[in-house]
Parts: sequence; C-alpha cells; structure tokens
Amino acid sequence: MIRQFGPSDILFIIEAVRWTLLLSAIAFIGGAIGGLFVALARSSGSKALRRISAGFIRIFQGTPLLMQLFLFYFGLTVLNLPINPLLAAAIALTFHASAYLGEIWRGSIEAVPSGQTEAATALSLSYRDRMQHVVLPQAARIAVAPTVGFLVQLIKGTSLTSIIGFTELTRAGQIVNNATFDPFVVFGLVAAIYFIICWPLSLYARRLEGRMRLAFTR
Amino acid sequence: MTQAQQPAVEMRGVTKFFGAFQALKSIDLTVEQGERIVVCGPSGSGKSTLIRTLNQLEEIQEGKITVDGIELTAGGENVAKVRRDVGMVFQQFNLFPHLTVLQNCTLAPLKTGRADKATAEATARKYLERVKIPEQADKFPAQLSGGQQQRVAIARALCMEPRIMLFDEPTSALDPEMVKEVLDTMIDLAREGMTMLCVTHEMDFARAVADRVIFMEQGAIIEEGPPAEFFGNPKSERLRNFLGQIS
Repeated sequence: MIRQFGPSDILFIIEAVRWTLLLSAIAFIGGAIGGLFVALARSSGSKALRRISAGFIRIFQGTPLLMQLFLFYFGLTVLNLPINPLLAAAIALTFHASAYLGEIWRGSIEAVPSGQTEAATALSLSYRDRMQHVVLPQAARIAVAPTVGFLVQLIKGTSLTSIIGFTELTRAGQIVNNATFDPFVVFGLVAAIYFIICWPLSLYARRLEGRMRLAFTR
Repeated sequence: MTQAQQPAVEMRGVTKFFGAFQALKSIDLTVEQGERIVVCGPSGSGKSTLIRTLNQLEEIQEGKITVDGIELTAGGENVAKVRRDVGMVFQQFNLFPHLTVLQNCTLAPLKTGRADKATAEATARKYLERVKIPEQADKFPAQLSGGQQQRVAIARALCMEPRIMLFDEPTSALDPEMVKEVLDTMIDLAREGMTMLCVTHEMDFARAVADRVIFMEQGAIIEEGPPAEFFGNPKSERLRNFLGQIS
C-alpha cells in the first residue's frame, strides 16, 4: 500500500535526527580521544609509535567508510556478539574519526614552532607539561577550523550507517519513502535537514579560519 | 662546599653528528664557576650546537659532559637536574605566545615544583624588575618589542634560579636599536657573577665582560684566550681572517 506523505512522516524523519546527532557526538568525542593519542604518537620521539600510528591512519584513510562499517558490523557477529547497528556504527565511526582527527592534529602540533618545545625543554618541563601547557594550547588554535570542518564531514558520513540498518536520518527517509514513494520530497527534506545542521558549522569554521589568519598576520 | 670548586661545565671528547655531518669534533672545554665565556665563529661552525649540548637540546654521540658535578651524559634523572640548573636564551626569544609575560615566567617554577603560586609570581616580578620591564607583566609577548621580549626571555630563565646561563645569539634577531638594551641586561647579569656561555657576534660585549673568548670553526675549538689577547694578538690565520671580516 502506498500512502500519502504526511505530517506524521515529517515527524518521523525529524525524530530520527537525534540518532544522527547522537552517533555524530559519540564518533566525535570518541574520535577526539583516539585522535589525540594518534596525534601524540605520530609526533612522538619513538619510531615504533610513529610507525604504528601512521599505519593506523593509512588503513582508515585508505579504505571507504562503508567498508569499515561493514567490517565492524559483520565483525561483531564473527566475535559472537549480537548484531547491533548502533554499536557497530559507533565503533567504526570512532576509528574513522580517530584517524582523520589524528592526522589533522598531528599537522597542528607540528605547525607549532620547534623553538617552543626547545624553550620548554630548556626550562626543565616534562613531556607532559610541555604538551599540556605549551604545545597543545597553541596547536588547538590552529586545529579548530579544520576540526570543525571534519565534524561536518563526519555528520554527513553518519548517513552511510543507514546501509547497515541503523535508523538515523537517512534510514528514516528511506523507510518513509518505501511507504509513500515520494522520493523527491522525502530525500529533499532529509537533505535540507543535513544542510541545516551542517551549514552553520561550515560558516563557523570559515569564521574561525579568518580569525586565525588575522592572528597570524598580526 | 665542594660545589664551589668543581667546574661549572666540563666537556671531554664531545662529538656530535647530524646524520653524516660532524657538527662537533671531540670538544674539550672546562668552564669555571662564575666564568663568562663568549663563543664566536662563522655560521655552521658548531658554536650553537656546542652550547645546546649543555642542556641536552642536542644529544651527543661520544664524550662526556658534566655540569656542576652532575654527569649529564649519564642520562636519566641527571638530564632534568642539569636543565633545572641551566637557563637558556634563544635567538628567536621563544616566549610562549599564549601566555602573559608573568605566566611565561611562572610556568616552569610552578610545574617543576620549585615554588607555589605566590612565590613564583614574586620571583617573576623580581626578575622582571631586574630586566627593567616590571610594568609589562600582564601583557602578551606579541604586544612587546623584540628587545623587551628578549629581556622577558632572560627573566623567564632566571626565574628557575639557574647557576649557569646559556645565550644562543641573543641579539641576532633584534633590530639594531634594541641590541643595546639586551646587551646591557646581559652585562648586568655578568657583573653579578653568573656563569655565562654566550654565542654572539657582539665583540664589544665580549671585550666588556668575557673572561675568555672561544673561536670555533668546522666543529672544533681553534683558539681561545682572554679578550685582550684574543682580539689583540690572534695566533691562528683563521681567527685573524674571521676578526677581519666581522669588524
């Protein structure tokens, strides 16, 4: 039975936004924690740590996010764990975000002049204090704009989790479309909602970039 | 105390490679407590590398370095101990741009457990007074002139109450009109008896305060002596050429 696209469908789609936001938040927070470790490992003095983290980044940047989702999704069943799309999606996106944020933040850490680390070292500050009080605060300023930019990518990337059956915004759109067969309206609405979430973030990222440029030329 | 008699710095057979390039060739150098040493030489002669080995900003491949009786090259805890004892001032100031002048000065004393907040701030203000910029304490480095920034860098190093100060071309990045204020600060410090090793091309400074001037070339110490002799009667051809070029 094909029914008319109506207010209850709109409500159903809008309600699914929270799953998109929840998944984005989990992946971003998880990815931020993982990414910090990846970035520190990438810029560390230990060759082994640099190699391992570089390999991690290469694997997750060199394979499609969809394959990563499939592998974690089906990997759960291989490990005899119950199939849980949210869990699989959260893990896959966390790893994905860790790799990308790790690489963005490695670049930011390396953009802090080496004289800063040298001065901190000469003042007898420990690695932890050098990072926490000297390098990372400066790297953070450089990193904010590209990090917000990546967050936009991540939010849009959550739409792929619809394929492993996680009912977020895109999947909700598919379900409604299957019942109403009004794809242009349904996916138009879905796309508009993504846009409403992502556009302000993009604007914010661009404003931060401008402010950074100003800070550097001063 | 024995610490007064032992040399401030003792380097034996110190050798440093950057890849295949040999930056230091078996350097032997003893610096007595309170001695003021100026190191000069053409660029790439290893003079900066030499003083950077003294707080292990550069690791050496061969030889032994002892600072105030602590064997730096033994590694481990000794490295941190030596770094607490040795202050350093850089060509590019290397102030922390996200911290105020006062915070620049208190960060290391606070984090290394030297002092509590009140003591660290009092010490910082004392040394900012000493380098004659107490009124800039709450500004950020970018708001200061180059000369002021370098004086903050000196104060920041002094806040750790070091026994030895290293200066790596401290006036080379400054506009000419700001060189004097930094040199004056360094001269004050020298007069107070601080052990100093300065890499610099400021030969007037060397004449005024140095106990010994060292000339380096291609990673080796070619000639050294008290300033009068060093400038008045250079023995080696290479030093004569060098002095001819810079004066």
